[in-house]
Amino acid sequence: MQADPHGVLTGTHFIDGDHACCEGALAAGARFAAGYPITPSTEVVERFAARVPTVGGSFIQMEDELAASITLQGAVWGGAKAFTVTSGPGFSLMMEHIGYAAMTETPCVFVDVQRGGPSTGLPTLPAQADMMQARWGSHGDYEIIALCPNSPQECFDLTIKAFNFAEEFRVPVMFMMDEVVGHMTEKVMIPPADEIEVVPRRHTRKSADTYEPYATNGDGVPEMAHAGEGYKFHVTGLTHDERGYPNMTPQTQDKLIRRLQSKIRDASDRITLLEEEGLNNADVIVVSYGITSRVAQRAIELARQQGFKVGKLRLITCWPFPEKRIRELASRAKAFVVPELNLGQMVREVERAVGGEAKTFAVPHAGGSVHRPEDILKVIVEASR
Amino acid sequence: MSLIDIENPVEPFLRTDRMPHIWCPGCGIGTTVNCFARALIDSKIDLQSLALVSGIGCTGRVAGYVKLDSFHTTHGRAIPFATGLKLANPKLNVVVYSGDGDLSAIGGNHLIHAARRNIDLKVICVNNLIYAMTGGQTAPTTPGHAVTSTSPYGMFEPAFNLPHLVEAAGAVYVARWTTFHVRQLARSIREAFQKKGFSFIEVISPCPTLYQRRNRLGDGLDTMKYYKEKSRVKHGAPTSEAGLTMTGEIIVGKFVDRDRPDYQSLMRGQMVESLGEEYVDPSETVCSCS
Repeated sequence: MQADPHGVLTGTHFIDGDHACCEGALAAGARFAAGYPITPSTEVVERFAARVPTVGGSFIQMEDELAASITLQGAVWGGAKAFTVTSGPGFSLMMEHIGYAAMTETPCVFVDVQRGGPSTGLPTLPAQADMMQARWGSHGDYEIIALCPNSPQECFDLTIKAFNFAEEFRVPVMFMMDEVVGHMTEKVMIPPADEIEVVPRRHTRKSADTYEPYATNGDGVPEMAHAGEGYKFHVTGLTHDERGYPNMTPQTQDKLIRRLQSKIRDASDRITLLEEEGLNNADVIVVSYGITSRVAQRAIELARQQGFKVGKLRLITCWPFPEKRIRELASRAKAFVVPELNLGQMVREVERAVGGEAKTFAVPHAGGSVHRPEDILKVIVEASR
Repeated sequence: MSLIDIENPVEPFLRTDRMPHIWCPGCGIGTTVNCFARALIDSKIDLQSLALVSGIGCTGRVAGYVKLDSFHTTHGRAIPFATGLKLANPKLNVVVYSGDGDLSAIGGNHLIHAARRNIDLKVICVNNLIYAMTGGQTAPTTPGHAVTSTSPYGMFEPAFNLPHLVEAAGAVYVARWTTFHVRQLARSIREAFQKKGFSFIEVISPCPTLYQRRNRLGDGLDTMKYYKEKSRVKHGAPTSEAGLTMTGEIIVGKFVDRDRPDYQSLMRGQMVESLGEEYVDPSETVCSCS
């Protein structure tokens, strides 16, 4: 369906990534956010707090991130599209409720504007060191989707995508920004509302008598009902059966947890978004994401000027990890180079997917700034040998 | 009609297909649910507009047994979940039903902030003075000298006086009863439904398995006798004087019944004042279903 025009600020804007993310959420139909202030993410909810009362929604600043990350889920079950925004220390506190959203299949978006860590780390400076936490941070087995924008324009476009994936798969979606993308100001084009595709809630059409909150068919994604509609349904973070009732047996656990995983994995081709360029004859493929992809772009150009055959693979979808595509490329390329603002997170996924078919080189960086293009170039040259 | 055909009047409020429940013999939680159901019958409240939110623990299981839109959330977070539910759909009556450990320890911060905001929630706090589900550990409500599995030599930390805490934080309705006071409890729940704002009802309830037994306080029946003999009804009692001891007097009654604007009225007022006609009231637009 098309976006509600009330939330869409159509036009050309010169705004930063945080503000663009907020506009993306509004365009996607988010009418509720719960937040807690934390640098460098706060501008998202500051703008939302100013904008949402004029489009029929509300923002509440909660007492901490534990509260924010569950308040938004209450709002979802009340019928709203909802999200929260944070950075590393707050993301750590939200892990409990990422698990709850995964288990209860609550469609929602968690935005993490990444900064240097661990702990309080570098509040005002960038990192990409929460990538594994986004995937594995809550306890237990579950599957999430994570998207990674590299510009304010993508903060707008992909936030809409994040909400759409959340609704389509009934899963918490991690929107993994970083401090530079969040605070960088660029041109952002917001199209007319009728050109923005928005996925509505998968609301059940069944009657209260026949509705089972966690029954599925086909794609493994159950239909949802909202509180107050007469369905009198039950939702629990305990292992549950199709009726939503607690059922703590190994059989029910197996069925439920495998479905939570397969509903995402089976659709990974559709969820995987990549930017590819010059891969056909590449000896070396630079795999990057977020702000680092823009530094890598310069390094790739410098390498090509020196005669190296270098291809670009940018992960827009980081989770589920696009291992199939990497495996395909591994049969043709000599090596993969993975610069990222951490000491080696996604590079291990690349290495795993490559499976020894090619060499894998990390270009680690502890965060606080971005790479120098020369540092990436140096590894490209080394990898080309 | 033969005796066995008579349906218990609270049955329509329960998920009978989930019975038997997990609560122990002598536990008071079932009694509170019975009072809650009777309050719903008497107040003729529209059940479709009623949602119940629980945290984790023995009382947290209430959400799984009531035939309502019901949410069993994470430990301590029933109140923030309920806050989001209420804000997204202001037409809902939202009840939070949880235990003392869940609401006042791990959820203590949310409790005081919800009272401060005066969010329109009805909180029923079943206080059995310990963590029961996990085996009888010390809670912030455990009275002095009581033996628990994590205070084997007696509790020496001062306890929270919950009515005093929530009154200070801003609740508009505060009452306390024991599971002996079934009619009074049902009446308080009915009254809370009449209030707009943060209402808090504490129900002192036995845990014969873990609290009474360890402290040689007898069984469920002995506890009822204690509640009967040592409770003193004192409506309007200063909550500062309503602290609990292990074997002493239990002050019960309606302590606070006052009016102040709830969160959503305040929000609407402020937005209309600042934004005028630009303000779009979310209560009319919120559902994003197809």
